[in-house]
Formats: sequence, C-alpha cells, structure tokens
Amino acid sequence: MNQHLKMDRPQDDVIGTMAQGVIGTAAPRRDGPVKVTGQARYAAETGTGAEAVGVLVRATITKGRVTGMDSDAVRAMPGVLSVITDKRLLRNPAQGTANAAPVQDPGQVAYFGQPIALVVAETFEQARHAAQGLKVRYAAEEAVTDPFADTTEVERPEAKQTEQGDLDAAMTAAEFSVDSTYTTPAQNSAAMEPHASVAEWDGDRLTLHGSYQMVKYNRNELADSLGIDPANVRIRAPYVGGGFGSKLGIAPEAVAAAIAARDLGRAVRVVMSRPQVFEATMRRSGTRQRVRLAADADGRLTGIGHEARVSNLPDEAFSEPVTMATHFLYAGKNRKYAHEIARVHRTCAGSMRAPGEAVGMLALENAMDELAHAAGIDPVELRLRNIPDVHPENGKDYSSRRFADCLRDGAARFGWSARNPKPGQVRDGEWFIGMGVASAARGNILQESQARVILHADATATVETDMTDIGTGTYTILAQIAAEMLGLPLDSVSVRLGDTDFPPAAGSGGSWGAGSAGSAVFLACQKLRQSLADMLDTDPSELTLRDGTVTSSNTQQSLADLLSEDLTTIGHIEPGETSETMQHAGFGAHFAEVAVNAVTGESRVRRMLGVFSAGRILNEQTARSQCHGGMIFGIGAALTEDMVHDHRDGHIVNHNLAEYHIPVNLDIPQLDVVFLEERDAWANPLQSKGVGELGISGAGAAITNAIYNATGVRVRDYPATLDRVLPGLPDD
Amino acid sequence: MTLKTTLKINGKDRTLDADPRTSLLDALRNHLDLKGTKKGCDHGQCGACTVIVNGRRINACLTLACMHDGDEVTTIEGLGTPEQMSALQDAFVRHDGFQCGYCTAGQICSATAMLDEAKAGWPSHVSASLGDDVSLTDEEISERMSGNLCRCSAYPGIVNAIRDVARGGAR
Ligand code: FES
Ligand code: FES
Repeated sequence: MNQHLKMDRPQDDVIGTMAQGVIGTAAPRRDGPVKVTGQARYAAETGTGAEAVGVLVRATITKGRVTGMDSDAVRAMPGVLSVITDKRLLRNPAQGTANAAPVQDPGQVAYFGQPIALVVAETFEQARHAAQGLKVRYAAEEAVTDPFADTTEVERPEAKQTEQGDLDAAMTAAEFSVDSTYTTPAQNSAAMEPHASVAEWDGDRLTLHGSYQMVKYNRNELADSLGIDPANVRIRAPYVGGGFGSKLGIAPEAVAAAIAARDLGRAVRVVMSRPQVFEATMRRSGTRQRVRLAADADGRLTGIGHEARVSNLPDEAFSEPVTMATHFLYAGKNRKYAHEIARVHRTCAGSMRAPGEAVGMLALENAMDELAHAAGIDPVELRLRNIPDVHPENGKDYSSRRFADCLRDGAARFGWSARNPKPGQVRDGEWFIGMGVASAARGNILQESQARVILHADATATVETDMTDIGTGTYTILAQIAAEMLGLPLDSVSVRLGDTDFPPAAGSGGSWGAGSAGSAVFLACQKLRQSLADMLDTDPSELTLRDGTVTSSNTQQSLADLLSEDLTTIGHIEPGETSETMQHAGFGAHFAEVAVNAVTGESRVRRMLGVFSAGRILNEQTARSQCHGGMIFGIGAALTEDMVHDHRDGHIVNHNLAEYHIPVNLDIPQLDVVFLEERDAWANPLQSKGVGELGISGAGAAITNAIYNATGVRVRDYPATLDRVLPGLPDD
Repeated sequence: MTLKTTLKINGKDRTLDADPRTSLLDALRNHLDLKGTKKGCDHGQCGACTVIVNGRRINACLTLACMHDGDEVTTIEGLGTPEQMSALQDAFVRHDGFQCGYCTAGQICSATAMLDEAKAGWPSHVSASLGDDVSLTDEEISERMSGNLCRCSAYPGIVNAIRDVARGGAR
C-alpha cells in the first residue's frame, strides 16, 4: 500500500487544513532527553567493548608512492593484531551522493596526511602507539600545491563559462561600477564528533555503525569500495554528532574498519583523530573571486560579473560552485561568469555547509556594499531596486520569494535607519561601531525519498526511514508531520531513523532533508487517511482527526475503536516538472552591528538579525536553531576561520581546534531570527523550503560590511583578522 | 603492563585495570561503559570530555586515569536520567541548547560546575572586579562556557538554558 507523488504540479496546502495543531510549533526535540543525559549512542560508542581498535596512519609526503613499511616491527609490538595496506583503502571520502567508491589505493599518495594504512590492536593505546611508530618509505615526487600560482594547471569547464550581453561595454557605460577581487580561505566543517565507524561481519553480511549523513548512498559507496553486493551491507547512524557536509560520503575510516573486521574475524572500531578529520576528510576550497557590478545613475544594475578560481585534487569531480546565487539574485542584463579549478595536491575539497553560496555570497554582497557606497545609495535600498521580476538569465518565475519583505522587515526591526552611512563616525569608548546588511539566498531542492508509516491498532504510529538527524531536528519534525496528518498527540508517534533497513530517503545534505523525507511521511499519512475514510465510507477531506478521535460528517469515534489491525504504508516523493519550470530558493536578509577596537583592530559582533522566507516552517525552534548555526558559521567565516596550508608541501598547518578558530560562546551575542509567513506550493506538498544552509548565505558579508561602516576598512581577504583591519583604522 | 585504579564515579567505586597510558576519558568510554562523555579532540581543545573531578570541571582527555586513584568523578550519567533530568539537562531541552548533542554532555557538566564556581565568587576574564559577588550576566555565562565548543552553534540556547537555571528557573 503505497502513495507516490512526482512533483509535476504545485500542490494544495493539505497539512494546513489539519486539526492537530502541532505542525510548525516549537515542539522540543524528541531526542533531547537521551542526548542531554548522555544516553544517545553515537557511532564509536556502539558494540560491546570487545572490538579491536584501528588507528589510521597518515602520509608524510605530498605526492608519490609508498615503497615499503616496517610492518613486521610494528606487528611485534604489544597488542598489535594487524597492519592493513589493502588496495581498497580510500584516498579520500566519496563526494556527496557519489553512490560509488572514491579514488582508492593508499600506496599512491596525492596529499599530505592521506591515510596509507591501518594499524589494529587490542586497545586504543596500543594501536595509537604502533601507528605512530610505523616507519614508512616513500618515492616522493614534485607536487603542485598552490592554487593561485601562475604555473598551476587550471581547468575551465566549458559549461561554467557563460556570458549574456556585453559586460565590458556595460562597465564602460556605467554611471557607478565596482571591480573588486576577494579571497576566502580553506575551511573545515569541524563537526564535534570525529568521523567514526564500527564494522562487524556476520558471514558475508557487514553491519557498519557509522557517523554518516546519507546512508542510502553510503551503503553503495561502501559496498563498491569493498567489492561486495550492497544487499550485504547495512549502515546504522541513528545519532550523528554533526556533519555540515563532511559526512556526506563514505570516508577512509569506514572502509578500513570493514576490511580489518573481515580479516580479523572480529568487530573493529576506527575513529579519526581530530588532526585526521582536518587532513583526511573534506575541506571547503579556498577561492579567489572577481566581482564586477555596473549600475546606472539610479543604482540599477546593468551588469554583473562573477569569476572564481577554486581548487581540488586531480580527478575529483566536485568544485565549489561559487556563483550559484549570483545567477538568480539580482537583475542586470549583461552578465559574465567564469569558473576555474586549480588542480593541486591538497586535502580533497568537497561540500561544506552551503557549498557555493557560503563563499560566493561573501564576495557578491561585499561588492553590493561597495556599489552602494560608490553610488551614495542606502545598501538596503540598492538591493530592493535590483530585485528582478523573473530569473534574469532564463526567465523562469520564482516559486516563492519574499526577498524584499526580508530586507524591509529586517531594516525596520534592526533600527537600520539609525545607521550613519559615512564610515568611521560612531564611537563607543575605544570601539568603532558600525552596521552592515547582506542578502541571503540558497537554492531549494527536492530529492527522491521514501518513508514507512505504521498506524498501529492502538492509535499510535511509527515512522521509519533511513533519513538521518544530524542535529537538524528530523526526529521531531517527522513526528510533527505524522501527528498532524493522523490527528495524534506527538507522544503517540515514534520515529526510527538512520538505518538502511528502512525505506531509503534523501539523507541530510543540501538542505533538502526535511522537505524531502517529510514529504514522504506526508504522503504515507495521506494514504492512511484515505484508508480511514474508506472504512467510514467517506472522503478523506470530510475527516477530522484530532487527539486520536475521528470525526466525519455526523459520527465521532476513537481512532483505536475504528482500527482493528495495524495499517502500513510507504510514502514516496520524487522531484518532477516543478523543479524545471520554476526557480526555487529560500531568501533572507542579515543585519549586523559590529564593534571594532580602535587599539587592536579586533572585531566583535554586538547583535545580529536574520529575516528569512523559507516556506512553511515545520518546527519553529529547530528551524531557528538551524539559522543560528548558519549565522554563526558566517561569523566564523567573517572573523576567524582560516585553514592554513604550508606553501612548501601543502600540509595543513592548523589541523586542530586550538589553531583553527571556530566561534566560541563569547564570540556570539544573542541572535535574532525571524521567519516570514510563506508557503511554496511548487516546492513539495508540505510547501516548505530548506533552512539548514540559508542562514550562512551572506551572513559573513553583513559583518564585513559592518566593519567597513564602523571603520572605513574594506576587508576583501577573509577572515577579517586584526592584522587585516588594524593598518587601515582611522587615526584618533 | 596494566595499573589498577579505583575511582568513585557517580557515587560508586569502580575499579579499572588498564594500560597506564589510558586517559580518564578513554577509561570512562572504553573500560567503564560510561559513553556519555564525548571525545571531540583528545587534545584539551574542545571541552566535549568535560567531567567533574572532586568538584572541579576538567578535560578528561588531558589526564590519565591512573592519576585519579580515590578521586570522585561525576559524569553526565551521574547528573540525571531521561526520566529524571537535572535542572540544567531539562533547561537544555527546553531552550534547544544543542543540535547534534555531541558537545552536550561536556556543556552540561561544565555548566554544572561553573554555577558552583560563580556561587563561590570566582571571577572570570570579563568580571568587572575580583572582589565582588559574581552575578551571572550573559557575558559572564558566555565567557565561563567558552572552553566548550559547539560546532552546531547552539550558543544562544546554551546561554538561555544556563541563565534560566542560574536564576532559579522553573523545572
Ligand atoms: S576531547 Fe577533551 S577537550 Fe576535546
Ligand atoms: S550540539 Fe552539536 S556540537 Fe554542540
């Protein structure tokens, strides 16, 4: 008994007509009590404690071949069980949704810190000691590691070099223009839970307890890496300690654990050390971006250019899609894009929260601020004047877009009118004070997803899907959807996630999780409502389900009385024509007030507001927390985060949490988040849009724009550390 | 070679016979089945492993288990259960003071000890003076909790939860 929907047409708001009243509410997280009491079991914590322990060994050259290692000496050390150099070990993790093995063969070294072996021992202490003692011989080769050196090989994919009209002519004719180059550094997702896997075989069947975001894909990636049938692989990830993109694809520790467990005939646990998470998972590519803006005397854009250079290892398909939002955010007839990929021997580049927008919007929104200043137009007003009627490149309509309202509403709430447009005018003791604004935009995506909903005879329900909850609130949101549709108190719904034995969902990534998996739950419940209506010989639209009671035209009874057996359905959503016919995105506006110290150049965020239009909000509290997370990632990007590569060999210098500075509690003031009321009938049957990445889009630019307003210092090289601000500060 | 160590954990004597290189954190997680305490970095840089030893919060990854013979250790499991949460645990749920939950045990152990430090009048980097009573402003809470990183960035909720409990907020 299934319910399938392909999104070929806009959908009516069905869930809004339901009676339970739990959708959208700030229901507390259902996984809260087990998490705050330390009872939730994350990947490394599964098993009996009898597992052997593996520690990965890292390459200490940048490029070349492993010619040998003193494995025997290490095998003779106390407790050591095995040294594994199997050719199936991974060079780096799979890219998100790859669905197949990434590059393998650890004997070929492509970057400093690449895993080249696994040492397995009885205990962690023994394995760590042995791994550190393993002597490795290499044949090293010359390696290119600098993405911006003139001699570095650069690819220019044809499809990503696009032009419309004549930007050069528009620049020449412009009344006001900007032509600026910005750089953003490499970054790391730095989820608090390091990548971890516990592998266990039962005959030919492998069970992997892993810290992964997209187990449907991860299962195929793991099977392909090992050369076995995916039907023999089960992945479990009921709790994941953060991902932000770094756990999208199967990673080296999982394949290593599986190989070792098979060899030894016993369960094996492999957890990456924090430096290994930095070196051997994914980095966000550094970028260099040239943005050109041409405008007429009224500040109306006549041209936009956005040209970017990013980097990755040779043969990696992913490249940071820097210009994603630039295509659809602002008007302007003449447009030009360029995309260059420098092939370098550094840690693999992959997706980190809002790949593309997270860095592209820093440059675009800084350039808009520069244009506002050059034209003497208020930066909010400048953005309002440049909101296009339809997609400026393909003419599509927007599925929903309260972008202008976000800017206006935010300006009013923030007290924007009090801002002095002239930089460097406001002082508070030894601090310069400034305000900045930036837009937010992030494409919205629907992905195929399935979920099973069981309506039990006792009027409770169970939701099962392999969707994950990586801190995003999935457990809670899916329960709210089922409770709303079936008219059950929230406590009557249980949700089981993160197990490939359940129906496959899209996984957590690209901000599509809640909308996609949630729609599958919605569809299953719609079918269940149909079944209940059939029992009563009526139409589902005539049914009112609330608190376990069924009311139709003139009858009322308890749901438990109506049901004589469990009813099971699978809901199945697929993207369809609406993905093609409309431009889908969430929008928003960030406002920040920043204080810059006149003596040290230190910047502190004093207050920050994000106003977002993201369709129906499924849970106000978890959605707000997602936006907090995005905005704080933005604060980190603006002020502190910078993964530094050594210019000589490309190794990551600050591969730990003491030297890679993610924001700490005192860096963050109370943040305000406002969601505008919005429904998006073209997005999915819930009429929701993703929020996990919208909050980071533009956030950092609002801060650097505020630094400019405070001091007159335009930081174009991120992050805005003291050394970049101090030299330009006005004299006292 | 192993060393025998007896710790009083959450009120119970627990004996461990382990490699002397075993950190207190790994002793809890790998030997004593107390997996609520988390490992985020193993280098004293993140606070995920915070436990309370003889009344003070410490990073359990930075100390060896065998150095704590006879010490009293409180872990997240000793503060409450899902059925009976401590005031802070309850407040973290109500204020959404976490997302993925991985830093949370450390945050809550840290906050539990921090409230006592403030009560005892310990100043912090942001305190206006060294002598006066400490009133837990948001800035004081944030400063005192800055050794506990949260990449999900639940900081606003964490501060709200702690403020709530510090001011005697309702359970
Ligand atoms: S694990 Fe101890 S401080 Fe990070
Ligand atoms: S809740 Fe995920 S790191 Fe704090």
